[in-house]
Amino acid sequence: MSSVQIRDVRKSFGNFEVLHGVSIPIEDGEFVVLVGPSGCGKSTLLRMLAGLENITSGTISIGDRVVNNVQPKERDIAMVFQNYALYPHMTVADNMGFSLKLRGAKPEEISTGVKRAAEILALTPLLERYPRQLSGGQRQRVAMGRAIVRDPQVFLFDEPLSNLDAKLRVAMRTEIKELHQRLKTTTVYVTHDQIEAMTMADKIVVMHDGIVEQMGSPLELYDKPENQFVAGFIGSPAMNFLKGKVNGAAYFEGPNGVKLPLKSAPANSDGQPAVYGVRPEHFTIADDGAEAEIVVVEPTGSETQVFAKLGGEQVVAVFRERHQFNPGDKVRLKPDPALVHLFDDSTGKRLNS
Amino acid sequence: MADIALAPRRAKTEIREATAWDQLRHNKNWLGFWFMLPAMAFLIFFLAYPLGLGVWLSFTDTRIGRVGHFIGTENYEWLWDDSIFWLSVFNTLLYTSIASAVKFAVGLYLALLLNERMPFKALLRAAVLIPFIVPTVLSALAFWWIFDSQFSIISWSLKQLGLITQNINFLGDTTWARICVIFANIWRGVPFVAITLLAGLQTVQPSLYEAATLDGASRWQMFRFITYPLLTPIIAVVMTFSVLFTFTDFQLIWAMTRGGPVNATHLMATLSYQRAIIAGQLGEGAAISSAMIPFLLAAIMVSWFGLQRRKWQQGENND
Repeated sequence: MSSVQIRDVRKSFGNFEVLHGVSIPIEDGEFVVLVGPSGCGKSTLLRMLAGLENITSGTISIGDRVVNNVQPKERDIAMVFQNYALYPHMTVADNMGFSLKLRGAKPEEISTGVKRAAEILALTPLLERYPRQLSGGQRQRVAMGRAIVRDPQVFLFDEPLSNLDAKLRVAMRTEIKELHQRLKTTTVYVTHDQIEAMTMADKIVVMHDGIVEQMGSPLELYDKPENQFVAGFIGSPAMNFLKGKVNGAAYFEGPNGVKLPLKSAPANSDGQPAVYGVRPEHFTIADDGAEAEIVVVEPTGSETQVFAKLGGEQVVAVFRERHQFNPGDKVRLKPDPALVHLFDDSTGKRLNS
Repeated sequence: MADIALAPRRAKTEIREATAWDQLRHNKNWLGFWFMLPAMAFLIFFLAYPLGLGVWLSFTDTRIGRVGHFIGTENYEWLWDDSIFWLSVFNTLLYTSIASAVKFAVGLYLALLLNERMPFKALLRAAVLIPFIVPTVLSALAFWWIFDSQFSIISWSLKQLGLITQNINFLGDTTWARICVIFANIWRGVPFVAITLLAGLQTVQPSLYEAATLDGASRWQMFRFITYPLLTPIIAVVMTFSVLFTFTDFQLIWAMTRGGPVNATHLMATLSYQRAIIAGQLGEGAAISSAMIPFLLAAIMVSWFGLQRRKWQQGENND
């Protein structure tokens, strides 16, 4: 186990720069999730960490060693690929023991290592099977087994769950998290799924267009997004954004003059155009709320999602209590002023504390 | 809705029992039989019938222009004691084994090379195919000139360089003649092997190589443990075809040496042609051709078992 330091790393393919100076400190034993939309550079960064891509500038160190020019096999890392990359012509045991075999380990040593990993992942009955004879979830576990056998300093996961069906994905999510709690190996995990990021990470790094938008613990990102991108990316259903301007310290003037409450306005912000952000679960029904017309009601059992027109803009609200709503009904929605977010209209930066 | 008048319900036709004809009409196997018929007819008339006729001829004393009589295995008994026939068997085996082995080695090398990232890759790939698209007889004629006893460009070049003083008698010397025809066959056969293996190489997922890189494999280990095992089914197919084509080769030899000198390059196919068509002994020629069948079957069996093992390696496809 060891820490990883990514310092001002840039990556260009020809003249096209995909990473514009990324710095991420990763502590020993930490579970870090790189999350962002497609093309944000998260997979490229992971592959640079693995040594599969060159580093254009900046440094990556594992432990105390700068690994920019270190061969992948010398970096003491193990990677789980999105498509698992299991060797189709080898049994599960051979797949898992391949790295040890290449290292020149003795047969007993290999079988001990493979058995240990197989026990951790409940793969023992499958050791003699070939990858094609396994289900998706089993293949996923073999891919992790291959990583565990190497007993590396750092685990790298590249969207490992995206080829699984929804139910299995949830199960494997828990399994990976549990595995990390047992092995306590530093882990860097790439995904585009913010729920995966929220549920698994010690630290989330939100990336967008080759830069780090924000990093922090899942709840920090959820409660205090530094900018509108992070606010919109983290959370499902996504945060509602309403454009308008700050009106004194008293309230926010939304679209079509809708009055939305503010706990306190940021200094010198009177009349400033801004974006008002409110999470769907921070709406309540109150007499002094803003009038909205219900468009669609989607009950999920545990909660009800309500799509409504507020000042002409569509917003979504989530209620745990069971209201009787029908499309066309008028309701009064009131955001919780203590939990609203205010962003600069042009830069998207967070305005309120 | 309400103002659309509903048409009065039509009386339904009575449901009747399905007749035998109805059943036949809806039988997929019956339909399949008719779809299969053209292909089957083609195979029977142009493959099975000539093959059967050839085998039948080998048991007769048919000559050109004369109906033959069944003479049992007499043709084969004759061949058994015919040293030229045995020489042609030896030549064919030598020709096939050396040419196939070299074609495999060179083809695999070229395929691996063309699979790498390099400049002008598309152009090089196209260039590799050139020997394959030149008609066999044309390339054989070109080789005939290249190996000509008087005008050979090789002899000329070597003489200009001062390495030899006399022309090499390429197609007149038994050893040289064998080397020359084998070389010509290799030159012609390499593209097929190279391009087919290249296609096989491109089916290997790049992520397997990345995984192997992280597992610590060197270039050689990647070839030995990943590329080669994954390529075996393609190798089995391509080498079977290569062996079959080489074993039955006729055009190249006939255009370059006609089996000479002193039968040193006579293959079973050319000997069969010479005996059957030129000398008119159809029965004997057919016997020589039929004698190739066991060898060809053996080659097919080898590849069949190669493929069987592969299927087992992959297991049942249950996803």
